[in-house]
Amino acid sequence: MSALPPTGEQPPERGTLPTTALAGVGQRPFGIYVHVPFCATRCGYCDFNTYTADELAGGGSFRGWLDALRAELDLGVRVLGEHGGPVPRADTVFVGGGTPSLLGGSGLAEVLDAVRSSFGLRPGAEVTTEANPESTSPELFASALEAGYTRISLGMQSAAEHVLRVLDRRHTPGRAVAAAREAMSEGFEHVSLDLIYGTPGESTDDLRTSLEAVLDAGVDHVSAYSLIVEDGTAMARRVRRGELPMPDEDVLAADYELVDSVLSKAGFDWYEVSNWARGEAARCGHNLGYWRGGDWWGAGPGAHSHVGGVRWWNLKYPARYAAALSEGLSPAVGREVLGAEDQRVERVMLELRLSEGLAVEALDEAGVAEAWRAVADGLLRADALRAGRCVLTDRGRLLADGVVRRLIA
Amino acid sequence: MSTFADTTFTSPERIRNFCIIAHIDHGKSTLADRVLQLTEVLDERAYRDQYLDRMDLERERGITIKSQNVRLPWQIDGEDYVLHLIDTPGHVDFTYEVSRSLAACEGAILLVDAAQGIEAQTLANLYLAMEHDLEIIPVLNKIDLPAAEPDRYAAELAHIIGCSESDVLRVSAKSGEGVADVLDAVVLNVPAPVGEQDAPARAMIFDSVYDTYRGVITYIRVVDGKITPREKIRMMSTGATHELLEVGIISPDQKPSEGLGVGEVGYLITGVKDVRQSRVGDTVTFAKNGADEPLPGYRDPIPMVYSGLYPIEGSDYPVLRDALDKLLLNDAALTYEPETSGALGFGFRCGFLGLLHLEITRARLEREYNLNLISTAPNVVYGVTLQDGTELEVTNPSDWPEGKIQEVREPIAKCTVIAPSEFVGAIMELCQSRRGRLDSMDYLSESRVELRYTMPLAEIVFDFFDHLKSRTRGYASMDYEEAGTQASDLVKVDILLQHEAVDAFSAIVHKDNAYAYGTKMASKLRELIPRQQFEVPIQAAVGSRIIARETIRAMRKDVLAKCYGGDISRKRKLLEKQKEGKKKMKTVGRVEVPQEAFVAALSTDESAKEDSKGDSKGKK
Repeated sequence: MSALPPTGEQPPERGTLPTTALAGVGQRPFGIYVHVPFCATRCGYCDFNTYTADELAGGGSFRGWLDALRAELDLGVRVLGEHGGPVPRADTVFVGGGTPSLLGGSGLAEVLDAVRSSFGLRPGAEVTTEANPESTSPELFASALEAGYTRISLGMQSAAEHVLRVLDRRHTPGRAVAAAREAMSEGFEHVSLDLIYGTPGESTDDLRTSLEAVLDAGVDHVSAYSLIVEDGTAMARRVRRGELPMPDEDVLAADYELVDSVLSKAGFDWYEVSNWARGEAARCGHNLGYWRGGDWWGAGPGAHSHVGGVRWWNLKYPARYAAALSEGLSPAVGREVLGAEDQRVERVMLELRLSEGLAVEALDEAGVAEAWRAVADGLLRADALRAGRCVLTDRGRLLADGVVRRLIA
Repeated sequence: MSTFADTTFTSPERIRNFCIIAHIDHGKSTLADRVLQLTEVLDERAYRDQYLDRMDLERERGITIKSQNVRLPWQIDGEDYVLHLIDTPGHVDFTYEVSRSLAACEGAILLVDAAQGIEAQTLANLYLAMEHDLEIIPVLNKIDLPAAEPDRYAAELAHIIGCSESDVLRVSAKSGEGVADVLDAVVLNVPAPVGEQDAPARAMIFDSVYDTYRGVITYIRVVDGKITPREKIRMMSTGATHELLEVGIISPDQKPSEGLGVGEVGYLITGVKDVRQSRVGDTVTFAKNGADEPLPGYRDPIPMVYSGLYPIEGSDYPVLRDALDKLLLNDAALTYEPETSGALGFGFRCGFLGLLHLEITRARLEREYNLNLISTAPNVVYGVTLQDGTELEVTNPSDWPEGKIQEVREPIAKCTVIAPSEFVGAIMELCQSRRGRLDSMDYLSESRVELRYTMPLAEIVFDFFDHLKSRTRGYASMDYEEAGTQASDLVKVDILLQHEAVDAFSAIVHKDNAYAYGTKMASKLRELIPRQQFEVPIQAAVGSRIIARETIRAMRKDVLAKCYGGDISRKRKLLEKQKEGKKKMKTVGRVEVPQEAFVAALSTDESAKEDSKGDSKGKK
């Protein structure tokens, strides 16, 4: 998510959606994203919509936020019900942030209860919460499992202490792996660790150490992202002042290749450019919804939603978010209603990131011709394209954005 | 207020025709303004600084591109005189126009800044004036400046002209001090015009200007007979006849008159819409009972320098075409024809008198027609003889023959550089690197030197000014004139992107410079062209022989790491932006080259740095 929301049109006061967007709701996968805007401290690289206790005035308390969240979920039920059909139950829930683990076991339970008593959960729904290693404990995992969570995603970032320090992370190098083990031993079948590579000062050995730690933890899912220095962050200022030397793209490419090769050897398969899982059941169903063009309601300050080609996003500041909902108004602050071509472009852009790839029907004639040229350039797989799908090769994954530009040109 | 000068057919003994030779910035326009005020031709209300330089571009760059001319009354000891001040274009590229202006005069004021001394272009024009046997009136201007050294520069002028230091007048055009003395000197020293009053009319065209409302305004100096309106005139170079709608004088605006007699200067209007119909240097006579022999000295304008002009926005091509059509009305020397470049799209191959002409034309196109242009590296005209005896004239590297070449001839120029003596070493080094041959060196004074070189014109037109200026901290001034051709060992260097030649970068250079040009362009392009999804070789080649190579390594990473719910809109917008950007890319083979890369690669190093190449002022 960006520090700056995209520009869009003014959304309707009550959050009403066009009937075209509502058509087909319930037939597409439906997810709920809950944004927890709290952190113990702000990390230097982070531009997410999150606040420390000190930064939040009255309206931003946990209670205030939870009440507003309930109100928004109820509003969501009303809005999606306006098409007359049944309101969809959630296939997936993802509690992210911020630092959801700061809510504690009971807080997490209350959040999930709010979802249950509004949209409700489908049987077998995937329910993930993010967690920071330093704010977890066996007890937290036990109560989350008890409350109905099925998946834990831990922000590990690195196993190298000096790298964690540059990232302002508060946990010790071993803590993330320990937390993952605790989650699994409390009964979580699906645990993911997040890595960040390309942090200034990180060596290849540092990255290798982190990967070994990940494998050692025995988790079934890994996300790995190259560090993006977002404008407006403390880290961006340090980079600008020359205090932090940023690695160049070639180094980042080599890092990615290392991540992919280590994980592949250990039985992980990439299923999205930055995500690897051991087996299909280990993939994050909620995130797949984003990439496959599913519907989701993003609840909480600054959260983004998508239903049937309409994207909207909420007020970012928790107090203003809560105030809108307390007046019975939608907290959405901007939205865009996508035309057919925009939807097609998004589809190409998102589905191409997946190992299952993009159906060639999504391309126009020139796009198909370009796809074959991309095969010749070693960026798309020939066998897949012959079978009607655009699937990135290993090298193509690193150049995915360029391939997208070619396919939609 | 009516004056003696208001009516024409003045007796030649009462007429003085003169011009002012000066370097830009040495105060020619100010002096002209002061003269207009002093002769009361221009009243205070109408007074405008530098009245004679009308075009905005001229004002801004301090260059007189098109001359203005004015008829002035003056009295000495109660005797009435008519002075014709004939303005001259102030730059090397317009030497021929200057020579025609000089041919319309009997005298010239040599105006020199008392703080700077004479400059190369002034010297060149002075020599030209002396060749025309003009009476030279040396004048030092700006004597009231704290930095003025009138004694030193009076000595310099006396040395150059061969007069006494006491003959050098000293004025301040700004304050008006000494200006009346200058006009007196014109009357007393400049010979009166001589012509045959009863002979068939002959008038020389020394300038012609296109006016939106009136068509072409032709400036003439009557040599023999008289020019009267409402008769048919004939242009002697082409034989074309025109109805003479109006004849008049300028004081300082156009005033119709009953005609013009021997020695008089004025304008005529025939209603033609194209300055090509009224060529500088041509002779005007009457269709009936006209003269048999034209006045000597007419010459067709010949382009010396060619460059491709391309709109940055391809859709501006029609705008560029219309703009060139309009400029042509007022520029008899400009030539152009459509040209297509694989790299730059649709544009025009344009011929110019020289570099400044090119720059002024380009600047006018950009400013007056709101165009963004790329110009390819300027080149000269080459005479190529093939082994089978075929002779070709090559004005565009694209037309360089593939076959066996027996001989290539290139134009050469006599180049004069004047600079403080401390820069002699730097100038010699530069000229030698440009294949220059030192002809002579002359100390104008203890601290100022005049260097004369013979140099290929091609070396001069390609960023020589810029290098000269930067090596002399702007203190050098230069001038050149064409001086025939010479056989040279020239080759065409092509620049290949992924094995495909980019026509815009091809250049004709001396064999010894081919490697330097090739490596310079290749490494420049390697910096300018972004990495692609595949490796891109950049090669420089002479024929099929590769002389230099650089490689743009394939891009390795171009993927957003995170693309979740909130990232999607932002990512799509970025894609749309990139898609727009891609449209602005030119594709060479499969290589996408940003427009800026072409612009940057085609601009010379110095002009890219200071972006003020057209600033022809000798000093800063």
